[in-house]
Amino acid sequence: MHKSLKKYFPVFLVPALTALAISFLIPFAMGLYLSFTEFKTVNDSVWVGIENYIRIFTTDKTFLSSLWLTVKFTFVSVITINVIAFSIALLLTRGLKGTNFFRTVFFMPNLIGGIVLGHIWSLIINGVLGYFGVDITYKSEYGFWGLVILMNWQLIGYMMIIYIAGIQNIPDELNEAAAIDGASPAQTLFRITIPMVMPSVTICGFLTLTNSFKLFDQNLALNGKSADTSLLALDIYKTFYDHTGLKLPQWHGTGQAKAVLFFLLVAVIAFIQLRATRQKEIEH
Amino acid sequence: MKAKRKNIAVYILLFLFAAVFLAPIFIILLNSVKTNFYISEEPFSIPTGEAYAGFKNFVKGFTQSDFSKAFANSLIITVFSVAGIVLLTSMGAWYIVRIKNRFTKVIYYLFVFSMIVPFQMVMYTVTYLVFELKLNNLPGIILTYLGFGSGLSVFMFSGFIKSIPTEIEEAATIDGCSPLRTFFLIVFPILKPTAITVAILNSMWIWNDYLLPYLILGSGKNRTLPVAVQMALTGGYGNKDMGALMAMLVLAILPIIIFYLFCQKYIIKGVVAGAVKG
Repeated sequence: MHKSLKKYFPVFLVPALTALAISFLIPFAMGLYLSFTEFKTVNDSVWVGIENYIRIFTTDKTFLSSLWLTVKFTFVSVITINVIAFSIALLLTRGLKGTNFFRTVFFMPNLIGGIVLGHIWSLIINGVLGYFGVDITYKSEYGFWGLVILMNWQLIGYMMIIYIAGIQNIPDELNEAAAIDGASPAQTLFRITIPMVMPSVTICGFLTLTNSFKLFDQNLALNGKSADTSLLALDIYKTFYDHTGLKLPQWHGTGQAKAVLFFLLVAVIAFIQLRATRQKEIEH
Repeated sequence: MKAKRKNIAVYILLFLFAAVFLAPIFIILLNSVKTNFYISEEPFSIPTGEAYAGFKNFVKGFTQSDFSKAFANSLIITVFSVAGIVLLTSMGAWYIVRIKNRFTKVIYYLFVFSMIVPFQMVMYTVTYLVFELKLNNLPGIILTYLGFGSGLSVFMFSGFIKSIPTEIEEAATIDGCSPLRTFFLIVFPILKPTAITVAILNSMWIWNDYLLPYLILGSGKNRTLPVAVQMALTGGYGNKDMGALMAMLVLAILPIIIFYLFCQKYIIKGVVAGAVKG
């Protein structure tokens, strides 16, 4: 079969490969190159070496501040989402009636797109703040916590589903043995349930981490109008397309250099994730 | 007795959580049948008397923003992109797994690599390339989605194909089946569970995606639903018609929720499978 299939390369693999080349491979290579140039449109690019990268850390102040904001946001979101999702999963694995109904409700926000989600919460948060005569742009803390709440609303249901699967995989014998030995509910939780769902914790931890770190749509819809609550992805977008204040059209190279750094950060997270999950597989 | 009381406490907690989760959607629903003045003055009140606008907002939201056109664009792009992704990446993955050599291995890693690169890295250059190739139209964005969606899809199909024994395929070849017939008559039916997962994950992403269609198709006649929502809620100066905007939000959410309630089992399964493998 191998010989006859081999000739079919153009039929089986070329179409998908062509699409990958157009939307990813060629743009990726171009992006790497352009991060070392200065350009307004791609055709007029001039090689400037690492000048763009130097500018990110000197003249342009927004990259480091949005990186710090992204790190804070990611840290808070990962912890709140996973703690709440795990708690709800514990409540939903007690064999009570109506569990399916609650699961459906909690998971639903995950399907609504980032732009629509952002505007829903923008209306609610501005509605509440309206009673105090301000709106979300008044203080950067409002924007930050608004984003945290939104992210929790969107991702808790998703993580809850993964935790439920993890908890249901624990063999009944373990819990029964603990009950016979007279373990308290707290002991069962910390000595059996939590250690046994560690693989789910790794999955959910990294899912929330990458989702928070790369957040864009929700940020644009909720905080698009305030200057100081841009996470990394939105800051890169603004460097390219929003030429107000310091950012000039010839800064496209700087935007591209920021994108390269952003890519490297995400790649490091993905690499650590790969190692973490591989190690787990060896242990089991 | 003690266990019963505990259960009641759990139910109360769960209902509280459920109320918090449903409240935002409920508030948008309330405001979609309110008049403009009451949306900005009393966003959390129940619409009664003169605050109640009936379905006027929906009529305005539907006609003003040319909602049906944006809806149709989103539907066409999602359906054709997802069908294309499922077909082409399953074929590609089968070739990669069955023809094992250095060349296909490199190609496989290129697909996997594309999964971890954030969109911002290629945002500017892919837009440039698409405009240079005159692909800034519906067929063009479908082709672009094929490329962006291929990474995860090839990865998931390959993982599954590796677990299928080759004997059946070999028997078919001996019987004189061409590779194309073998693939469509024997392999593809076996891939069905993975194909459903791939289709669901990609539909959710493409239907909700904002930035790529905004950059490639713009906010003109080819705009998609998320672009239309973003334009209506941020664009323009002066007084916005908040009632029409609320109705638009409801109209944007409604199809997803209906789809979810009907295909819940598959969606939750697909999303979990995608999370564990991705």
